[in-house]
Amino acid sequence: MMRLDAVRLWAVARKEWLQLRRDPRSMALAFLLPVLMLVLFGYAITWDIRDLRLGLVDHDGTQSSRALADAFEASGFFRIVERLEQPRDADGLLDRGQLAAVLVIPPGFARDLAAGRRAPVQLLLDGADANTATIAQSYADAIVARYSLDVVLQGRRLVLPVQPEVRIWYNPTLESRHMIVPGLIAVIMSIIAAMLTSLTIAREWERGTMEQLAATPVHRLELILGKLLPYLLIGLFDVAMTTVLGMLIFGVPLRGDVLQLAAATTLFLTGALGLGIFISAMFRSQLLAMQAAMVATYLPALILSGFIFEISGMPAVLRAVTYVVPARYFIGVTRGIFLKAAGFEALWVHGVSMIIFATVGLALATLSFRKEIAR
Amino acid sequence: MRISTLRLGRMLRKELRQLLRDPKSKRLVFGAPLLQLFLFSYAANTDVRDTRTFLVDHDHTAESRLLVDALTASGHFRIAGRSDRPADLTRALDSGRALVGIEIPAGFARDLRAGRGAKVQVIVDGTNSNTATVAQGYAARMVQEFGLDVAAAAGSSPAGGVELRSRAWYNPDLVSRVYNVPAVVGMILILMALLLTALAVVREREIGTLDQLVVTPITPVELILGKTIPAVLIALADLVLVTTVAILWFDIPLRGSALALLLASLVYIFAGVAVGLLISTISRTQQEAFMVMFLFFVPTIVLSGLMYPVHTMPEFFQVITLGNPMRHFLEIVRGIFLKGVGVRDLWVQYLAITAVTGLALSAAVWRFRRTFA
Repeated sequence: MMRLDAVRLWAVARKEWLQLRRDPRSMALAFLLPVLMLVLFGYAITWDIRDLRLGLVDHDGTQSSRALADAFEASGFFRIVERLEQPRDADGLLDRGQLAAVLVIPPGFARDLAAGRRAPVQLLLDGADANTATIAQSYADAIVARYSLDVVLQGRRLVLPVQPEVRIWYNPTLESRHMIVPGLIAVIMSIIAAMLTSLTIAREWERGTMEQLAATPVHRLELILGKLLPYLLIGLFDVAMTTVLGMLIFGVPLRGDVLQLAAATTLFLTGALGLGIFISAMFRSQLLAMQAAMVATYLPALILSGFIFEISGMPAVLRAVTYVVPARYFIGVTRGIFLKAAGFEALWVHGVSMIIFATVGLALATLSFRKEIAR
Repeated sequence: MRISTLRLGRMLRKELRQLLRDPKSKRLVFGAPLLQLFLFSYAANTDVRDTRTFLVDHDHTAESRLLVDALTASGHFRIAGRSDRPADLTRALDSGRALVGIEIPAGFARDLRAGRGAKVQVIVDGTNSNTATVAQGYAARMVQEFGLDVAAAAGSSPAGGVELRSRAWYNPDLVSRVYNVPAVVGMILILMALLLTALAVVREREIGTLDQLVVTPITPVELILGKTIPAVLIALADLVLVTTVAILWFDIPLRGSALALLLASLVYIFAGVAVGLLISTISRTQQEAFMVMFLFFVPTIVLSGLMYPVHTMPEFFQVITLGNPMRHFLEIVRGIFLKGVGVRDLWVQYLAITAVTGLALSAAVWRFRRTFA
C-alpha cells in the first residue's frame, strides 16, 4: 500500500477543478438547481387544504340542516358552490372534478335530532385523489362531531368522559415548509452528488483519457479523493446556500448545532460522491451512468427516505429496504437538527450510519477504480 | 424535402443497435421503469397506517389498556415502544423512532369512573405536517369515541347526535395507489423520452462522430427522425409494459378506452422527445445536457399534480402548470383509468397537450436545423 501523498492528491484535485472551471455552464447549473428546487418545493407545495368545493343536497330544509351547512362553511375548509336537488345531480360534477365532495342531508334530519335519535348525514367524496379525500373526510368528521356535541348538550355543560389533549411538537402550526426544507437538503445533495460524479470516470473512458490517467504515478485513493474534493466543496456550498435561503425566505428555524449539521453533511456527501464514482466506473458510457445514477440515488432519496412519504405507511419489504437508504438517516439528521434541536445523543444511530455510508462509498469508488485499470 | 427510406432505415438501425447493444442498457431501458412503478406504487402513499406510537401509561388499569387497544385496533397506530418515564417519550420523538406519543396519567380510570373528565395527552411529531394533520385527527376522534362508549355503557351519556357516513366514489377505500399508479405512467414516459433523446446529439458531438454524420448524404430531417423514432418506440414499449403491470399486478381498473390512452400517450411522448432534442442541441457536453434535463424534469414533476395536488398551489404556480404537458397528461390518464371518461369529456386537456407538444416540436426542429445548417 502506497502512502497518501498530499502533493499528488492536490495535483489531481487541481486538475479536476480546472476541468470544472472550463465548463462554466455546468458549474452554474450546480448552483441554480438547488435554488430552483427550493423555490418550487417551498412555494408550490402545500397540503394546506382550504376552500374545498362542496355540493349541498338539503332534503330537510330546516333550521337545523341549515345550521349544519353553515358549520361546514364557517370552518373555512369547505365552500358550498353548488346546491343540488338530487344526489344524482352530482354525478357529472364529480366526474369532471368540479366538486370535491357532496353533503347530503336526508329528510327528517331535524326530527331525528329533536327526538334524540341518531340522525345520519352522508358525505360523497371524489375518492380519485385519495390524499385530498382523506383530509377532507377528517375535516368533515371533526365539523360534524362538534356540531353534534353542541346539539346534544343544548347549552348544558357536560364533562366529556375522556378529553384528549393534543399537542404538536417541533412544528406546532403544521407548516409544510418546515417539513420540506430540511428534507430537501438531503434530496438536493443526492442529486448534485450523482450528477457531478456519475459522469467523471465514464467521461474519461469515452474521451480516451483513461489510459493517461491510469499511467500517471498516482495512487488510486489519491485519485479518488482528489476527484472528490472539488465536488465536495461545491456540495457543501450548496447546502450552506440552501440553509440560508430556507431560513431567510421560508422562515425555517435552525434550532440545533450548525457544526453537527456540517459534519453530517460532509459525511453524507462523501458517501454519495463515492457512490457516484462507483456507478461511473461500472458503466463506461455517460448515458448509462446517468440513468443508473438516477435510479440508485435520486429515486430512493425522493421516495424511500421519508422526505414526503411516511416510512411507517409502507409495506414491510420496502420498510426493510429503507434501512439501507442513506438519505433516510440524513433526513433524520437534518430534521432533527433544524426542528428538534436534537444532538448526537438522540441522533447517534444516524451519525454512525453516515460514517458507515461515507466509508462504504469511498471503498466502493476506490475498489471499482482498480478493477478498471487492471482490465 | 424528400426522405430516403433507405437512408432513414440505416440510421434507425444504427441508433437502435447503439441503444440496445449493451445488455446493461437493455436492463435500464425496461428495468428502470418497472422499478419506478413498483417503488412509487408501494412507497408513495399518504395513507396514515401503523404510525409508530410511544406509550407512557402511568395508570396501568384495565381502562387504560382498553383505550390503547382501541387506538391500535384501528390500524392507524402501532405501539413501537413503552415506558414509565416521560423522558423516554421525548427521546423517542426526538430521534424519530416514534411519531406519536400517548401519555395516560395516573388516576385515569378513577376519573373516568367518576365522570370527572379523564385526561389523555396525545403528542404528535409535526415535522411531517401532512401525516401529523391526519394522525392528530384520528387520535382525537378515537379517544373521544372511546370515552363516549364507556359513558354509554354506564348509561350516563346523552343519546342522539349526528352521524356522518362518508362514501368515496371511484376509489371507495381511498387507497392512494389507485390514484398514483396511472400518474407514475406519466412520469416514466416523459423520463424515458427525455433520457433517450437529451444525449442523442450532444454525445455524437462530444465523441466527435457528429462531423462524420454531417458529411454523410443524410439530410437533417432524416437525422432528426432517426434520433427520435427509436426513443418513441422504446417509450411506447414501456407504456405497454407498465400499463399491463398496473392492470394485472396492481389491479388498477382501466375503466376508459385503451385507444384514448394510446392517443394521449403518443402526443405526450412527442412532447418529451421534442424537449429532449432541444436540450441536446443547446448543450455542449453530456454533463451539461444531463443537468439541463434535470432542470426541466424537476419542475415538470413538481408542478404536474403527481404527488402534490395542483389545486392547493398558489395561483401563480397554477398558471405555470398550464404549460406543463405532464399536468394535462395526468388529468387524462387519471380520468381514463379511474372515471372511465374519454376524449369527449377531456377534449380541453387533449387540446392543451397537443398545443404544448406542437410548440416544443417546432422549437426543436428549428434549433436542430440551425445546428446542422
